[in-house]
Amino acid sequence: MEPLTWTGTIGTFVNPIFSITAIAFGLAVVAQIVLSFFAPAVTLQANADGTLQQRGGAFGLAEKAVKLLLIANVALILVYLVGGILLPYGDAGIIGAISKRFLPVWIALILTFGVSITFKRRLGLYGKLFDSTVGMIGFALVMFWVFTAVLAGLFDLIATYDPLSQISGLKNKVPGFPVTDERKLGAVPHYLLGGDNLARDVFSRMVYGSTVVISIAPLATLVAFMVGITLGLPAGYFSGRLDTLLTFLSNLILAFPVILLFYLLVTPEIIQTGIPSYMAMILFIFPVVFFVVLLNARFYTQPSKRNPILIGVLAVLGYFYLSTISQPGTVVHFLPAWLDLFDIPGGILVVFVSVVFVNSPTVFRIVRGLTLDLRTRDYVAAAQTRGERPWYIMLWEILPNARGPLIVDFCLRIGYTTILLGTLGFFGLGLPPESPDWGSTINAGRRLLSTYIHPPLAPAGALLTLVLGLNLLADGLREESLKD
Amino acid sequence: MLLFLARKTLGMLVTALCLTLIVFFLTNLSPNLEKLAKSELGARITDDEVASWLDKNGYAQPTLVRYGEWLGVLPGWTRDNDGEFTGRCIDGKADAETAASASRFCGVVQGDWGESSVFKRDVGEVVSRALKLTGKLMLCVMLVMVPGALIVGVLAGMREGSRLDRSLSTLSILTTATPEYVSGVVLVAIFASSAVGLKWLNGSATSAMDNITIANFTLPVLTIALYGMGYIARMTRASMTEVMTAQYIRTARLKGVSFYNVVMKHALRNALIAPFTVIMLQFPWLLNGVVIVETLFNYKGFGWTLVQAASNNDIELLLAVSVVSVFVVLISQLISDIGYVFLNPRIRIT
Repeated sequence: MEPLTWTGTIGTFVNPIFSITAIAFGLAVVAQIVLSFFAPAVTLQANADGTLQQRGGAFGLAEKAVKLLLIANVALILVYLVGGILLPYGDAGIIGAISKRFLPVWIALILTFGVSITFKRRLGLYGKLFDSTVGMIGFALVMFWVFTAVLAGLFDLIATYDPLSQISGLKNKVPGFPVTDERKLGAVPHYLLGGDNLARDVFSRMVYGSTVVISIAPLATLVAFMVGITLGLPAGYFSGRLDTLLTFLSNLILAFPVILLFYLLVTPEIIQTGIPSYMAMILFIFPVVFFVVLLNARFYTQPSKRNPILIGVLAVLGYFYLSTISQPGTVVHFLPAWLDLFDIPGGILVVFVSVVFVNSPTVFRIVRGLTLDLRTRDYVAAAQTRGERPWYIMLWEILPNARGPLIVDFCLRIGYTTILLGTLGFFGLGLPPESPDWGSTINAGRRLLSTYIHPPLAPAGALLTLVLGLNLLADGLREESLKD
Repeated sequence: MLLFLARKTLGMLVTALCLTLIVFFLTNLSPNLEKLAKSELGARITDDEVASWLDKNGYAQPTLVRYGEWLGVLPGWTRDNDGEFTGRCIDGKADAETAASASRFCGVVQGDWGESSVFKRDVGEVVSRALKLTGKLMLCVMLVMVPGALIVGVLAGMREGSRLDRSLSTLSILTTATPEYVSGVVLVAIFASSAVGLKWLNGSATSAMDNITIANFTLPVLTIALYGMGYIARMTRASMTEVMTAQYIRTARLKGVSFYNVVMKHALRNALIAPFTVIMLQFPWLLNGVVIVETLFNYKGFGWTLVQAASNNDIELLLAVSVVSVFVVLISQLISDIGYVFLNPRIRIT
């Protein structure tokens, strides 16, 4: 079996063109930026015959060139990707083969975008996202990794090899190296992005790493938001002693450098004492409290409706809560195995708890600030005059009106949580060392970085694109939510 | 103003006390102490031997008492083993006379930080050496990051929505989305790998501890600076765009003041108030970056010491490192509060 090159047969025609257009694009961007300081501004001139004429000069020329070259570059990248899907395996090189492996993700992305853009006027803020280019790019990047995580985690689709199995002879091999051992052949006969220092497939580890990250980061951020909202609303609304106390506590946590906090919370000795389990007990009660108070405030005046709803919600959430905090092998373990819904594998609960713990004070501060601002509004005064109770006002009057900044911050915070998870992995804290998550993989690869650069670069790129996507998404959402 | 300062400082001291108590509690949990005893005496000792060693070395007292001793507000423990005295403030074993003449208090307040069990040296010495090295790194980072970020932010913010603004804003989003461990790895791969790439710079900063050269110090500095730069630049841009739409800027423009003069003389000073606070509040984050970068580039400064202390269960050293980093954070918050008052004439403290 031949080793794969990066672009295969497509590359022989397209590579020279692509390098020319890429260099030209770079030059045009530089020229445009430099010209924007000196050249006169682009003006529109109305002609006598009713037409408009654009007078761009050198700057306008550069602007036009940038636009055209950008389109050319994107088209050429599409040639690589689509060529990889259409040509038989191996002809389109590594990029083509990877593009083919991601085919289910491409289909899912195209479907999502097609449906969303068709119905974007009926979809509220989510639909408006498709009016902003930045937002769409961010959304595409995020959904790319979400689909990858789901398809790889649940259906074993994208990855080519097992993330943990080693194949002898492939240690630190370059991308596109063929697998010689016939018995261990995976979905494709090559290590698409090379092998790491334990002869595992870098590409598959990157793909499975997305599953770890996508399953922890959004959920941890959500729990942190529940904690922050449940504490921040009363702190901002009632002020006084409660506010002083909670603000002091949150400042206390915020004054810790994050890494120090991780080193104090995520060591085997601390886990032995059970502090993370107790913290989980406290932190995970907040979502339960949040939903119960939310529904109670809404249906308080209709007991016939409220009681069944509350009982149902309490039963489901309470059961989830108990199954989450009761883990065999820790100090908090009271549910028998047949009652325990799920067990979170070793280390993940600790990581989850510490990430929630680090994030919630910031969310608390944001919610508190927003509440302080919103409680002086007329609709709050109106609700108070109507005789609504405080929790109804907080959860059904103030919270919906604070949703814009909170949604934007939620996106940013998922990105921040992803970075924190990577930091934990980078220092080898919490998650098991063979875990394919991106931080641990970067940590494993950096030791041999001076000789073998490919093992840490794939997860680094993956983490970068996901966080970038979340940032762009937040930017797009902010822009669109400010418009109305 | 003095009252404001006093209240802030008092609040800071209370916070610091609480934080050190938490750190002390978390680092002195019984599994940590057991591990310490085992690392001193060997891993195969029995539980009784662990208990007696802890008792002999003063670890068996209640945590709060030991916190007081560590802080230097409670007298250090002493022990009489048939005329041989040991104690917190006594080096090794001593006779009754020396023990009586030894100082009663020896804690942080007296400047006694204990001894590091990893480096076998005085904690104060280890930390001050590490801080000196990190100080150099931070100075270089600040010299690169602050002017760079301010220039990028002002350029992007002076004409909102222009192509320059868009490219610079995208660039700063990109750098904020790149944590240090990603940008460090990418930069090393590009500039320092011996296999492929440009091979211009060093992938390790160990030699920079003695003499700093461009080759061994560029990458660590750049790695930390890039991550912080994007955030500061975005804040500067936001504040600059806000100032540029203000009435007095329009008046100045209508009076015929040139764009350059409007930016330099009228807008800039007001636009730089907000970034100042952001830069000061960026310190806790820089501390994170320092830990990551010093580990990545093997530069034996403060962050590296933190990792060594934490992963080797070096209790005294970890306590000292935590105290220093907590104080850095708190003092930078204090400076940011005070500086904000000084810079912004609209705020007056009475």
